[in-house]
Amino acid sequence: MSESTPSEISVTINGVQVEAEPGEMLIAAADRAGVHIPRFCYHERMSPVGMCRMCLVDVDTGRGPMLQPSCMVPVADGMSVNTESEDTKRAQEGILEFLLVNHPLDCPVCDKGGECPLQDQTMAYGPGESRFVEEKRHYEKPIPISDLVHLDRERCILCDRCTRFADEVAGDPLIHFTERGNATQVLTFPDEPFSSYFSGNTVQICPVGALTAAPYRFKARPWDLEQVESTCTTCSMGCRVAVESSRNELVRYLGVDVESVNHGWLCDKGRFNFESTNSSHRITTPLTRDNDDPRQLLGSDWGSALALAAEAIQQAGPGRVGLIGGSRLTNEDAYAWSKFAKSVLGTDNVDAQLGDGLSAEVVLALPLATIAEACNADTVLVVGPDIKEELAILHLRLRGAATKGQTKVVEIGSTPTGIEPYAHRSIRCAPGESAKALSELLASDDPLAAQLKQGSLVVVIGRASLAESEEPTLSLAASIRAELPHATFLPALRRGNVRGALDMGLAPGILPGRTRLDQPSPALSANWNTVPTTKGLNTTEMLRAAASGDLDTLILVGADPLSDFPDRNLAAEAIQKVKTLIAVDTFITDSVAQADVVLPATAYGEQGGTTTNIEGRISRLTQKITATGSARDDWMIATELAWRLGGDLRLGSKEEIWREIEQVAPSHSGVTLERVESSEAHEGILVQRSSIELDLPAPGTPPVADGYGLRLVSGRKLWDAATTTTYSPSLQPLAEAAALRVHPNDLQRLGISSGTDVRVISTRSTEIITAIADDSIERGTAMLPFNQPGGGANRFIDAAAMVNDIRIETV
Amino acid sequence: MKFFTEENLELAHEIIGRYPKPRSAMIPLLHLAQEQEGWVNDDAMTEIAELLGTTSAEVLGTCSFYEMFKRKPVGKYVINICTTMSCALMGAGDLMKHAESRLGLKSGGSTPDGLFTLEGAECQAACTEAPCLQVNYRHQYRVTPDQFDQLVEDLASSDSDIPKHGVLSQIRQHIPEDKFVGSTPPEDVVSAPVWLNEDGGRE
Ligand code: SF4
Ligand code: SF4
Ligand code: FES
Ligand code: FES
Repeated sequence: MSESTPSEISVTINGVQVEAEPGEMLIAAADRAGVHIPRFCYHERMSPVGMCRMCLVDVDTGRGPMLQPSCMVPVADGMSVNTESEDTKRAQEGILEFLLVNHPLDCPVCDKGGECPLQDQTMAYGPGESRFVEEKRHYEKPIPISDLVHLDRERCILCDRCTRFADEVAGDPLIHFTERGNATQVLTFPDEPFSSYFSGNTVQICPVGALTAAPYRFKARPWDLEQVESTCTTCSMGCRVAVESSRNELVRYLGVDVESVNHGWLCDKGRFNFESTNSSHRITTPLTRDNDDPRQLLGSDWGSALALAAEAIQQAGPGRVGLIGGSRLTNEDAYAWSKFAKSVLGTDNVDAQLGDGLSAEVVLALPLATIAEACNADTVLVVGPDIKEELAILHLRLRGAATKGQTKVVEIGSTPTGIEPYAHRSIRCAPGESAKALSELLASDDPLAAQLKQGSLVVVIGRASLAESEEPTLSLAASIRAELPHATFLPALRRGNVRGALDMGLAPGILPGRTRLDQPSPALSANWNTVPTTKGLNTTEMLRAAASGDLDTLILVGADPLSDFPDRNLAAEAIQKVKTLIAVDTFITDSVAQADVVLPATAYGEQGGTTTNIEGRISRLTQKITATGSARDDWMIATELAWRLGGDLRLGSKEEIWREIEQVAPSHSGVTLERVESSEAHEGILVQRSSIELDLPAPGTPPVADGYGLRLVSGRKLWDAATTTTYSPSLQPLAEAAALRVHPNDLQRLGISSGTDVRVISTRSTEIITAIADDSIERGTAMLPFNQPGGGANRFIDAAAMVNDIRIETV
Repeated sequence: MKFFTEENLELAHEIIGRYPKPRSAMIPLLHLAQEQEGWVNDDAMTEIAELLGTTSAEVLGTCSFYEMFKRKPVGKYVINICTTMSCALMGAGDLMKHAESRLGLKSGGSTPDGLFTLEGAECQAACTEAPCLQVNYRHQYRVTPDQFDQLVEDLASSDSDIPKHGVLSQIRQHIPEDKFVGSTPPEDVVSAPVWLNEDGGRE
């Protein structure tokens, strides 16, 4: 065979010349040429294994045609391939007859029936009849291999897709082929379920009905399903999904392969929390306080509820009103609320983040990296939350890059994370001292320092611990900017469309389009009534102002400060003190239960528009089902309220809102509605411009711990008491109860044995929690997940403190 | 629950150290577990997984692939009677029937005293010596029913040098550390292979 350079490889497939990349598998080259070769085990996002032999084709490399598996044969120059030869057809018939030898053919009761590659390919390429008359193998049908996934071993064709995914992609090899020959079967270890955060992907890629998902089993038949492409907004990664419904009820999400974002994968939280949209606990009608019994919320109508809300806002006046939330909204809804607050009310007291992120000016000014850039960088420095817990698919992407050896992932943090097993280096530091740890590293002669300074570097930055104020993270950002000026950033922020909300101006001091208050675009000045002139309060400041009686009305837009703000005591005090609390939400959360007026909003799947992910990529959200009860889109609620306050948002539809955004937001100029609605939005439209200059504060030092206390670290878990998880019956049981993890020596010192209840004392609260000895926790540190059922860390945290210490005692 | 004895745990660490990647030690450790208990139980697989930094499911996958790793208790002596062609022609069927009645069990079963397990097996590559069997994978050739009875008696009275099931060899292999895989990258090996003597001939 001749030596070939990239452009020279050319193969003939069914008589047609096809150019191919060196190393490309034949089946992929055929796909690009529009020639479909049947397959079961081959998956473009995993390494080929040649398990099923369905892809046999006639390959001639000069020695005559020979049957070869096209998923295992790399293209070679001059190769001639026939995918329709007599031999190929006989091979396909033979393989299908083999695969069906043990297959139960219970299609009528199989979830996969109707969209099953085995069914379809048997129809298209099968022999039509089997010669097998013997007894097929039998197994118990189906066995749960985790809380979410069931396995029917009789249907399994042993393609190795699920097991390969678990090992190669997810890094959780908890399912494996066991036994051998005819007895080969996929299994977990006894009593060790396939409890991977990514288990649902195996159901999607299983080419038969062997793996089924508990939330979807027997819910619908594929031909009853309607499907639209949308984007997951559970976290800020922005994975592309296909949303499917049957009879106006969401029944399934499937991952859609987008090169720049999720590669077709979804985490189980994003995949299965559609159940919450269908929940009977949704707020279906406006609610207001009962005049006779103020402890009660009573069903009301939109007219009276809006009138009450408007009256409270009016009375408070622009200086004494605040709006918290917005990162669960579409960009359009966020823009409507932003315009409502800043242009109609004239207040700048708005914040989409709940004191658990980074200041909007910093987020919008940091030089942005894309996810793809992170996965191709020499080094990724993670200084933020546990990516596996909070941005699960980003974890998969980074893990993929690290295991392929192209990227070194380095983390600096104070507790173990899901990155550790594949990290090049995990640097542990005391809570609040990550900046110091980095400076020490860079000053040393450690080869890693040179690597950070020279190679391409992407920093995933966010608030690692909610028991720390924002300050340590900002110090770190400052030292990275100073010492590693070539670094670009991926902000790891909490909640779905937080980036879009900030872009739309839902933050103090910011106007839509990543501009400061004092730099409104001419289009914005022309369009908006007013623009606030002084910077307003962020969430922490608003809650503080409310608690000291300086705010009269608080509007919560899909926000639950009692559960999500790091300092529950402050949030509780604020909510208690404000005269009127208005909540626009989908569920009665802790905070909504305290509201005076509750306005029901549409949820995911019930609203269309756009969303923006952490890298600034805009993609579409598509409405699939009709709204629950009388719930309305947020932009309509904002418009109605504005109307009642004598203002006019002049927004009539989502499309109109986008047109306005494109005009008034300098960063989004050129991203027209036509582009957003075109196929370009499948990959997403990247917006990285910003006119905000970065201005970082000088680093401070956290106080020295007193030796008696333990320094608290608190991050979120994938399975926690988040609203959509709590109201998804399949997911709710997965959230573990709250437990405090402490180094065994620290427990021993206090005479406490692992697993017992202890009294946890902080300056804010004293509560009883189970303590567990965990030697992966540094001494002097205690880890408490932020929001587990049975008690959140927010009760112990003082938002004003840079770091928080707790003491524990025997009960 | 911990499975390995302290001594075997130490050995396990030594074995792991011989390979560039801990996972490569999976089969040797499964043998070590089988040597300790005569079979491989779930605790053993879990501990091996921990030692190798992998999951129990992966260990189970490997362990269950090999028929010679037993995942149910077996007798101290596992007797495999070859039932393939040559042996079958030379009376393996009768031998099996005899063995079953002598031991009072069916092929696949174990005696209640925990001494014997009887199994049928595929060709043991000793077809010229048919019918043949193996006791803990040690060959016995041209076995007659009488010889079988004698064999069982000898084994029962410990009058045999066959070690208990799971012991691969009477001599423990010790590999000097400089011969561990990965300790010298192949490109740095300049000396002649160890099995060549000084004149370049075989030892
Ligand atoms: S369960 Fe499905 S994906 Fe897994 S090996 Fe069997 S057929 Fe393939
Ligand atoms: S990683 Fe985030 S965006 Fe992706 S599926 Fe999970 S929750 Fe949704
Ligand atoms: S697709 Fe090629 S062998 Fe399965
Ligand atoms: S047939 Fe029995 S040893 Fe070969």
